Amino acid sequence: MVRWSRFNIASIVFGFAFLYLPIVLLVIYSFNESRLVTVWTGFSTKWYGTLLTNQALLDAAWVTLRVGLLSASASTVLGTLAALSLSRYPDFRGRVLFSGMIYAPLVMPEVITGLSMLLLFVAIGIDRGFWTVTLAHTTFTMCFVAVVVQSRLQSFDRSIEEAAMDLGATPVATFFQVTLPIILPAVLSGWVLAFTLSLDDLVIASFTSGPGATTLPMRIYSQVRLGVTPEINAICTILIGVVACGTLIAALATRRRELQRQKDERAAFAESMVRTVDPPPAAAGG
Amino acid sequence: MQNAISAVTRRLVILIPYGWLLFFFLIPFLIVLRISMSTTAVAMPPYTPVFDWTGGWESIRASLSQLSLDNYTWLAGDPLYFNAYISSLLIALVSTALTLLVAYPMAYGMAKAPTTIRPTLVMLVILPFWTSFLIRVYAWIGILKPEGLFNQFLLSLGLISEPLIILNTNWAIYIGIVYCYLPFMVLPLYSALEKMDHSLTEAALDLGCTPIQAFWRVTFPLSLPGVIAGCLLVFIPAVGEFVIPDLLGGSETLMIGRTLWNEFNGNRDWPVSSAVAVVLLLLLVIPIMLFQNAQARAERAEREGR
Repeated sequence: MVRWSRFNIASIVFGFAFLYLPIVLLVIYSFNESRLVTVWTGFSTKWYGTLLTNQALLDAAWVTLRVGLLSASASTVLGTLAALSLSRYPDFRGRVLFSGMIYAPLVMPEVITGLSMLLLFVAIGIDRGFWTVTLAHTTFTMCFVAVVVQSRLQSFDRSIEEAAMDLGATPVATFFQVTLPIILPAVLSGWVLAFTLSLDDLVIASFTSGPGATTLPMRIYSQVRLGVTPEINAICTILIGVVACGTLIAALATRRRELQRQKDERAAFAESMVRTVDPPPAAAGG
Repeated sequence: MQNAISAVTRRLVILIPYGWLLFFFLIPFLIVLRISMSTTAVAMPPYTPVFDWTGGWESIRASLSQLSLDNYTWLAGDPLYFNAYISSLLIALVSTALTLLVAYPMAYGMAKAPTTIRPTLVMLVILPFWTSFLIRVYAWIGILKPEGLFNQFLLSLGLISEPLIILNTNWAIYIGIVYCYLPFMVLPLYSALEKMDHSLTEAALDLGCTPIQAFWRVTFPLSLPGVIAGCLLVFIPAVGEFVIPDLLGGSETLMIGRTLWNEFNGNRDWPVSSAVAVVLLLLLVIPIMLFQNAQARAERAEREGR
């Protein structure tokens, strides 16, 4: 066994301190009484109270939530279809272009995606607003969903699908009764990923949004440019809390599912062992 | 009958996402390309129209003949843009190197950790990625500013006598990029190091290598695919980064993502910002192609190794 040296432990501790300390400090100072964010004067939750009276911020949060829910749902459907076509149909015309369009947005600078989307909306004459942000978010998040779902589809026993088809199920029925239940965890985590990406996005939303559709990151950004305030710390803390709860629930759900699967497998294995170890008496003599 | 159904299904499954991406991803790029070759016009939208479909084929041909590369020659002639491209590449390069320096020991330690806690460590690396990018950048403003927590800490230790100016310098941008992109570097490094056969290092040690020699001659070369993947995953988005230089960098820091944003929102010069985008894209296509090449090679090597 390889030794886990003191140097290894120190570098891990340092790395995680670097990753988590800024977030922890941000959360702590959201409970600071003083208006000066960097001087600690006492514990207070008053900044959370002022958030509730900040109508502009609440409106922005509502817009962000609706954009996130709509675009994540649409992009999950589109991304799953894209993953299916990439992994189930190895040869169709334009497949190279298709997979290029799936992978390109993952590394594309956001400014370029935002600019090109905006120019499209201007060229076809759509007024910018809630729907343009939703369409833009659907487009860039569906590629992330496609990648997540595709990796699940690849590590998947296709003979089950073939069996369903041989038994007379249509491709659609096969998908809903066989494929979807198996890839569901990946589809759900694709949805969560799409939702958080949409919640997080500033640049693409700024390009494609119009009057009346200011999202929360846009609102936070315009306030951050004016300086650090405890209100922003408070809203950031709430967002971090929401995301942390979501991730925790998702992790626990997958873990429970995994444990259940292991239990089922063990039970099936035990059953088959019992059958081989405890054969009918006639064969036991040998 | 069933074949007909499955042909129709197949067509739909492919066509829906394909059509969506063509319309919302590819066509927008063609429009960017087209507008980058138009002339600026004082109008709304502020450029000469993309294509005049109403006049039929003749007018399309006419508008094609109007395409000009003026915006590109203008970009090449203007030192502002040239400097912005160069400094974006330099800042991305330095930050990538710094990220590698921070991430390697961490990934190495994780790969050597007891197998029972490894999944937890990986989870802990991914977790910050889920919190908003903007929030993570914002958190650093409070830490780095002159009266911020970092300076207070150093002052209270007596290490410095007056606050360091870090915010609004390139150092703040480096810190921001290292912080935000660290998971992208740690994860590929970890997966490369974790797969490694430790008996190779032991063999090198038995044959008389010092631990440092063993690291440079055995461990590091074997982790190279992870190093390359991690560096490109950090470098590519860092070049076009907007939020980090805008919030942490100084007003004189030129990065191309920010220049594009200002050109577009401030000067409302759409043709020039389109040209900036096209050039930035071309700059990034090269590392992306290198990345895909390296990945394809790694996959092939893995398949042959089995």
